[in-house]
Amino acid sequence: MVTQGARSTKEGGERSDVSGSSRRRRQAVIPYLFLAPFLILFATFLILPLAYALVISVFADRLVGGNVFVGFENYTQALGDPAFWDGVRRMIYFGIFQVPVMLGLALVFALLLDSGAAWFTTVFRLGFFIPYAVPSVVAALIWGYLYGPTFGPFSQIADYLGLQAPAFLSDAWMLPSIANIVTWEFTGYNMIIMYAALQAVPREVRDARAVDGAKPWQIALYIRIPLIFPAILLTGVFSIIGTFQLFNEPRILQASAPGVITNGYTPNLYAYSLAFVNQEYNYSAAVSFALGAVVVVFSYVFMLVTNRREVGA
Amino acid sequence: MASVSAGGGGSSSKILSSRVVVTGFLLVFLTYSLLPLFYLIVSATKDGSSLFSSFGLWFSSFDLFANLQAVFTYDGGVFVNWLLNTPYYSVISAVGAAFAATIAGYSFAKFRFRGRTLLFAVILGAIMVPPTALVIPTYLLLSKVALINTPFAVILPSLISPFGVYLIRVYAEQSVPDDLLDAARVDGAGEFRVFWSVALRVLAPGFVTVLLLSFVTSWNNYFLPLVVLNDPNLYPLTVGLASWNDLASGGGGAQNLYPLVITGALVSILPIIVSFLFLQRYWQGGLTFGSLKD
Repeated sequence: MVTQGARSTKEGGERSDVSGSSRRRRQAVIPYLFLAPFLILFATFLILPLAYALVISVFADRLVGGNVFVGFENYTQALGDPAFWDGVRRMIYFGIFQVPVMLGLALVFALLLDSGAAWFTTVFRLGFFIPYAVPSVVAALIWGYLYGPTFGPFSQIADYLGLQAPAFLSDAWMLPSIANIVTWEFTGYNMIIMYAALQAVPREVRDARAVDGAKPWQIALYIRIPLIFPAILLTGVFSIIGTFQLFNEPRILQASAPGVITNGYTPNLYAYSLAFVNQEYNYSAAVSFALGAVVVVFSYVFMLVTNRREVGA
Repeated sequence: MASVSAGGGGSSSKILSSRVVVTGFLLVFLTYSLLPLFYLIVSATKDGSSLFSSFGLWFSSFDLFANLQAVFTYDGGVFVNWLLNTPYYSVISAVGAAFAATIAGYSFAKFRFRGRTLLFAVILGAIMVPPTALVIPTYLLLSKVALINTPFAVILPSLISPFGVYLIRVYAEQSVPDDLLDAARVDGAGEFRVFWSVALRVLAPGFVTVLLLSFVTSWNNYFLPLVVLNDPNLYPLTVGLASWNDLASGGGGAQNLYPLVITGALVSILPIIVSFLFLQRYWQGGLTFGSLKD
C-alpha cells in the first residue's frame, strides 16, 4: 500500500515536467496542505491541552509565593492519595466483572447472528445496537428511575410478589447497578464490531471445517474466534480505557444517591471535583496523568497477556 | 451454549429445536435492550402523580401532550434552545471533523512525504488518549482566550477525529485505485480537483462513517459542554436534562420536574435512534475498523 502511494506520486511528478521544478515543489507541499486542517486542530485541541496539563501539573498554588514550580510533588501526592486509589481500585473491581460479561455476551451474540442460527437476525442486530444510540446521560437517567426504591418498576414487582428488591442505589449495589447500565449501553456496540469482523471473513474460510463434521461450537472456538481475534482484542482495550474513564453514569446517579457516590467514586469524577469544586487545577492535572499512566499500564498488560495466549493457541 | 452444539447433528428437527432455543435466548436480551426505552415511552405519558403511584411498566393516565407542552414551555422554553443547540453543535462538529479527517487520511494513503510515518504514529497514539483527560486543560486554555461559554468551546475541540484519519487512510488504501487518480491527473486536474471530484466520490462511504461517529460522539457528549458552558441557554440536551434531573432530585418541591426529565429524554433520543435505523449500513461499515468492503 505504501509502495502504491509512492508510485502514484512519482508518476504525478514525472508528468508535470512541463512546468518544471516549481510545479514539482508545489506537488511536494500538497500532502502537507491536505493534512493542514487536521493537524492545526490536532495541535491546538489535543497536543496543546496535553502539554498544558503536563506543565500545570508540576506547579502548585501556594499562599506564600503564588504559583510555584514544585516538580513531582503533585504526583507523589496523588500516589499517596487514598481517594485516588479508592477510585482506581473501584474501577479495577468494576472492570474485572463488567468487561468479561459484556464482551462475552457480545461475542456469543455475534457468533449466533453470523451463523444464522436464529430467526429475525436483522431485528436482533438492530435491537441490540439501539442502546448505543442513547446518550449515556439519558441511559443513566432512565436506569436511575428504573432502580428507584419506591416508584421503580423492579421494586414495584418485588413488592407485588411480597419480595424485597435489592436497594440498587445503595452502597453495596451501586457498582453492579452502574455495571448494568454500561453493559446495556455497549454490548450491542461491541457485538457489531465482532459481527462485522466475522462478516469480513470470506465464506470459504468460514465454512471450511463445516464439511468435516465439526460441531458448531468447535468451529466457533477453533476457527471463527481466532479469525476475529484482533477485533476482540480491540474491544478489550477500548473497554479497559472506557472503564477507567467512567464519569457520566456515576455523575448522573450522584443526584439520587449523593451519599453513595462520593466525589472520589471514580478517578475521573475525582479529577473533575478537584478542578471544579476545589479549584485545585494543578493537582487535578496530576491526578489525570496518574490515571492516564494506570490506563496505559493496564492496556499494555492486557495486550501482553492476550498476545501470549494467541501465540499459544 | 448447548443449543449451538445441538445444531451440528444434521437432522432437521434437531436444527429446528436449536433455532427455537437460540431465538428465545436472543429474545431475552432483546427485551433487556428495549425495556428501558419502553419504560421511557410509558413514563412520558404519565403526569407527576401517576408516575409515582402507577405500575412503571404499563400505561396509566395519558398526559403525553401535557408533558410535551410542559417540556417545551418550562423556564421560558429553554428546552427548545437545547433541542436546537444539540444538532447545531453536532452537525458542525461532525461535518468539520469528517472533512478534516478525510482529506488528512487521503493524504496519508496516497502521498509519500517526509514525516509521514512519525505523524501517523502520533495520530494513532492519540486514539488512546482519554477524551476526558483533555477536558480540564481545554477549559483552562479556552478561558484564557475568552471562548468559555460560547458555542466555539463545544465545537472546536470536537473537530478532531484521530480515529477518523486512521479509518479513511485504510479505506483509501483499499478502495481508491491509483489509476483512477492518475487518469484525472493526465486530464490536467490539480491535486485538489483530483481529491474533490474523483477521490471523494469513492471515499463517500468512509466519509459518512466518520461523519456518523463524530456526530454521535458530539450529540452524546456531556463532560465537555458541562465544563465549558454555564449559560443554560447554550446547553445541549445532555447537560440540560441532567440539570433538570439534579433539580428534581434535589428536593425543595422540584419533584414535578420528573415528568419533564422523562419526556425531554424521550424527545432527545428520538432523532438519533431514527437516524441509526436508517443509516445502520454505514454504522456497521465503520465499526469493522478499516476492513470495510462493499
